[in-house]
Amino acid sequence: MASNLRKSKFRPIWDFPGFGGLTVGFFAFLYVPILVLVAYSFNGSKFAMVWSEFSWRWYLKLLENDDIHSAAINSLIVAFFAAPAATIMATLAALVMVRGGPFRSRAFTAGLITLPLMVPEIVTAVATLIFFALLNINLGLINIILAHTVFCIPFAYMPIRAALEAMDPGLEVAAQDLYADRWDAFRHVTLPLLTPGIMSGFMLAFVISIDDFIITLMVAGAGSTTLPVYIYSMIRTGVTPEVNAVSTLLLAVSVILVSVYWLLSSANRKGEAIG
Amino acid sequence: MTNATGKSMSLNRLRLFGLLPTWITIGVLMIGPLLIMAAVSLMEANVYGGVHLRFDVSSYVQILFDKNLFDETEFNPAYLIIILRSFMLALGATILALLIGFPAAYYIARQPDHRKNLLVFLITIPFWTNLLVRTFAWVIILGRGGFMDQVGSFLNIIGPDESINLMYTNTAILIGLVYSYLPLMVLPLYSSMEKMDVRLLEAGADLYANRFELIRRIILPLTMPGIIGGSILVFVPCLGAFIAPDLLGGGKKLMLGSLVQLQFATSRNWPFGAAIAMMLLAIVVIALMLNARAARRHAAYEQGGAEVTHG
Amino acid sequence: MKKLAKSMVLAIGSFAVAASAQASGKLNLYNWTDYTPTELIEKFEKETGIEVTLDTYDSNETLLAKLQSGATGYDIVVPSQHFVDIMVKEGLLMKVEGIADMPNYKYVDERFRNPPWDPNQAYSTPYQMGSASFAYRANSYDGNGSSLKEFFEPSAATCNKLAVFKSPDEVINMAHLYLGSDFCSEDPKEMQAVLDVMMKQKECVKVYSSEGINDRLKGGDVVMHAHWDGYSQVGVWEGIDDLTYAYPKEGVVGWFDSLVVPNGAQNVESAKAFMNFLMHPENMALLSNFAAYANAIPESVNYLSDDMKNAKNIQVPADVPVKFGQACNAKAQGLIDKVWTRVMQ
Repeated sequence: MASNLRKSKFRPIWDFPGFGGLTVGFFAFLYVPILVLVAYSFNGSKFAMVWSEFSWRWYLKLLENDDIHSAAINSLIVAFFAAPAATIMATLAALVMVRGGPFRSRAFTAGLITLPLMVPEIVTAVATLIFFALLNINLGLINIILAHTVFCIPFAYMPIRAALEAMDPGLEVAAQDLYADRWDAFRHVTLPLLTPGIMSGFMLAFVISIDDFIITLMVAGAGSTTLPVYIYSMIRTGVTPEVNAVSTLLLAVSVILVSVYWLLSSANRKGEAIG
Repeated sequence: MTNATGKSMSLNRLRLFGLLPTWITIGVLMIGPLLIMAAVSLMEANVYGGVHLRFDVSSYVQILFDKNLFDETEFNPAYLIIILRSFMLALGATILALLIGFPAAYYIARQPDHRKNLLVFLITIPFWTNLLVRTFAWVIILGRGGFMDQVGSFLNIIGPDESINLMYTNTAILIGLVYSYLPLMVLPLYSSMEKMDVRLLEAGADLYANRFELIRRIILPLTMPGIIGGSILVFVPCLGAFIAPDLLGGGKKLMLGSLVQLQFATSRNWPFGAAIAMMLLAIVVIALMLNARAARRHAAYEQGGAEVTHG
Repeated sequence: MKKLAKSMVLAIGSFAVAASAQASGKLNLYNWTDYTPTELIEKFEKETGIEVTLDTYDSNETLLAKLQSGATGYDIVVPSQHFVDIMVKEGLLMKVEGIADMPNYKYVDERFRNPPWDPNQAYSTPYQMGSASFAYRANSYDGNGSSLKEFFEPSAATCNKLAVFKSPDEVINMAHLYLGSDFCSEDPKEMQAVLDVMMKQKECVKVYSSEGINDRLKGGDVVMHAHWDGYSQVGVWEGIDDLTYAYPKEGVVGWFDSLVVPNGAQNVESAKAFMNFLMHPENMALLSNFAAYANAIPESVNYLSDDMKNAKNIQVPADVPVKFGQACNAKAQGLIDKVWTRVMQ
C-alpha cells in the first residue's frame, strides 16, 4: 500500500527531505575511516599519516614477518576449534528451545545463552583471567579456545534459532506421515533444511572469534598471541603503515566471511519463500 | 513426571542432552568466573600482585574513601570522577549515535525491500570487523599530521604546521565511542521503524499535522522500544569501553573499562579491579531491568492502541 | 555426525598433546618492547636450531603482573635488578643450575658477578644496563637538561609537550632524586611531597606512555619525554638528530636488566642455551649495537660499531650520580602504589 502512494506526484509528508542526504552522511561516517585505514596501507613512506607514494612494500614486509604469521596461525587455530564447538552446542540448544515444547528451565536457558552478550567484555575478560589464574589452568592456546567458545555460542545460536523458527514443522509431520520415524525425519528433513542456518551460525562464530581482542589480551599467555593482540602491540610500539596493512587484511577476512554469511542467509530466505 | 507413554521420559532426556553442553560450558566458563570474581573483590590485595585469601571489603570502600598516604581515611573523589567521566561519555555517545542513526534508520525503513536488505547489510559489516582496527583508523585520522590535519590545511582551516589537536582529548574518545557502537543503535531503531504502520502517519497527515508533529506524536512514541533498546546496546558497552580511551585518550583520561584493565596490569590490585567490574555488572543489570520494564509498558500501550483502532 | 565428532575429539586430543609437549627446540622469550634485535634471534636460531617466539611488555610492573596472573609458558624474561629481588621473594623464578659453569660465563666482568640481587648467581645472567632520565629535542627546546626541575616543572613552552612513563617505578625514583629523598621511602610526608611534585607535573603532561617514545618525539607531538639513555641514542640513529639525553645534576636512575627463567618454563634447556649465548662478547655486542646500552661483557668492546663508540647520549658525565633502583618492602611499595594511583586518576 505504501508503494501505491509513492507513485503519486507529491512527496508524502512522512518522506522527510534531507533524510536521504543524512543517510549518505551516515554511511560516509561509517565507512570513510575504514577507507582511510586501507588507503594508508599503500603508503610508501614510513609514517602512517603522511602520504608519499603508492606502494605494496608494507604487504611485502608482512610476508617476511614471522611473528605476524604465528599470530595469524594462532587466531585461525582458536577460531577453528572454538567456532565448531560453539556451533554444535548452539544447534543442540536451538533445537531444544524451538522444538522442545514447554519446559521449566526455558527462561533460564534463554538468559544463560544471552549472558555473554550482556556482560561487558572487559568484565568477562577479567573474570576469565582470575578464573584461570586462581585455578592454575595453564593450557596455552586451549585457555583461549575455551574463553572464545563461551562468547561464540550466542552468536551461533541466533541465526540457527531464526532458521528453525522459520522452518515449517509441517514438513516433519509430512515425513512422519510417510512412515519415517522421528530420528529419520530429523536426519533427512530437518537437518538438511537447517544446514544453511548452521553454516550461518558457524560463520558468525568464526568471525567473532577471529576479531576478539579484549578477552584474548587479558587471558593470553606465552606464545598465545593472536592477530588482534599482536596488532595492539604494534600500535603501541609505533605507527607505521605495516599496522595498516595487517589491519586491512584482518578487515578483508571479516568482510568476506560476513558477506558469505549474508549470501547464505538470503539464500535461506529465498528458499523458504519457495518451500 | 512419568506418562502413559514412555515418550515424555525420552523427551526430557533429549532436552537434557541438547541443553547440557551449553549449560556446562556457559556455567563453568562464565558464571563460575563471575562468581570467583565477586569473591576476589572481597579479598585482600597482595602488593606484588595476586591476592591473599582473606576477607576484606576495602576494595569497595576504596571506590569512595581511600586511605591517603598518612593512613587516614578520607573521601576520595578521584574514582567518582572516572565514574562520572564514563557516564558522561557513554551518555554523550548514546545521544550522538541516536541523532546520527535516527534519520538513517528512518530513511532505510522507507526503502523498497531489496534495497533495504542491502543497506542493512552495509550497516552491519563494520560491526563484524575488529574493534581495535576500527578505532585505530581514528588514531590515523585524528593524530598529529594525520588525515584530519591534512584535510584541514588543505581547506585552509589551519596552518600547514598546525594541528587540530583533537588527539588525547575527551572529544576524541567520544568520536571513537560513537563510531564503535553506531550499528548497534541503528539496527534496533530500524527494526522498530519497519514495524511502524504507515497508515498511522497518513492518519496524522490527514489531521493536519506538520512534519515535526508527526515525529513528536507518532514516530517517536511508536519507535520508543527501538530507541531504548538501541540506547542500552550503545550505553552499556561504552561504559565499559577500553580500546577508545586507551588509544584515543592517551592513558590520561581513564574510563571504567581502562581502570579495570589497569588493575590487572601495572597497578596489580585484583580485588579493586574486581570491585569495579562488579559495579559495572550491577549497572548493566539495572539497565536491562529498566529496559524490560519499558518494553512491558510499551507492549501494554500498543495493546491499548490496537484495541482503539480495531475496537 | 558421529564420525565428525570422533575426528574432532582426536584432533583436539592430539593438539593438546602437542601443545603441552612443546618439544625442546623452542624458546618463548618475553622481553621489553624494541629490545630484541632480529639479527640476534636469527643468529641464535641458526647456531642452535632453537625456534624463538617473542612477546613484549612495556614495564617491569607489567611483567610482574603477567607472571603473577599465572601466565606461565615464558622461558626467559628480562626484569630489572630490583624486580629480580621481588620475583625471587614471590617465588616466581626458577633456579638455574650451573650458571657459573656455563662456557661463556668467563666473559662476564668480575664486578658484575654474583650481584647484590643474585648473590649466588642462582637465577640470572646479565643483559644490559643503563639509566632513566628525560630526553628533549634540542632544536625546539631552550633548556639544557642540567636539572630535573626542567622535567618536573616544565617551562611554559614545554607545557603540554611533555610525555612521561606509564609505570611508577622509575618516575617516582626520579622525583626522589629531585627532592633529595631516599628511594623506597616509608615516610608518608616524603611520599606526599613526591605526590605533589607529580600532580604539578601532570598539568603539563600530554600523555603517559612507555612505548612508541621515539615515534612521538619524531612526530613532534612532544618535545620532552621520559627516556632511557640507550633508547634515546637509538632515536638519534633513526633520524632525530637533535635528541639529547639529559644528565641532570641531581642524578639519573640506574638499572641493570638480567635474563631469568620464570616458574613454569617448558624449555629450560633452551633458556640456558640463550643465557649462555648472550654472555659471548660477539652476541652481547650485537645487542648493544642495536639497543645502544652498556653491558657487563668487557670484551664486547672489540665488536662494537663505530656508532656505539661515538654514542653521546650514553656517556655519563663524571659528576652525575647514578642511583640504582631497589626492591621496596610491602609498606614502601604500598605508598608508591597509592601515589601512582592518585596521579593516574
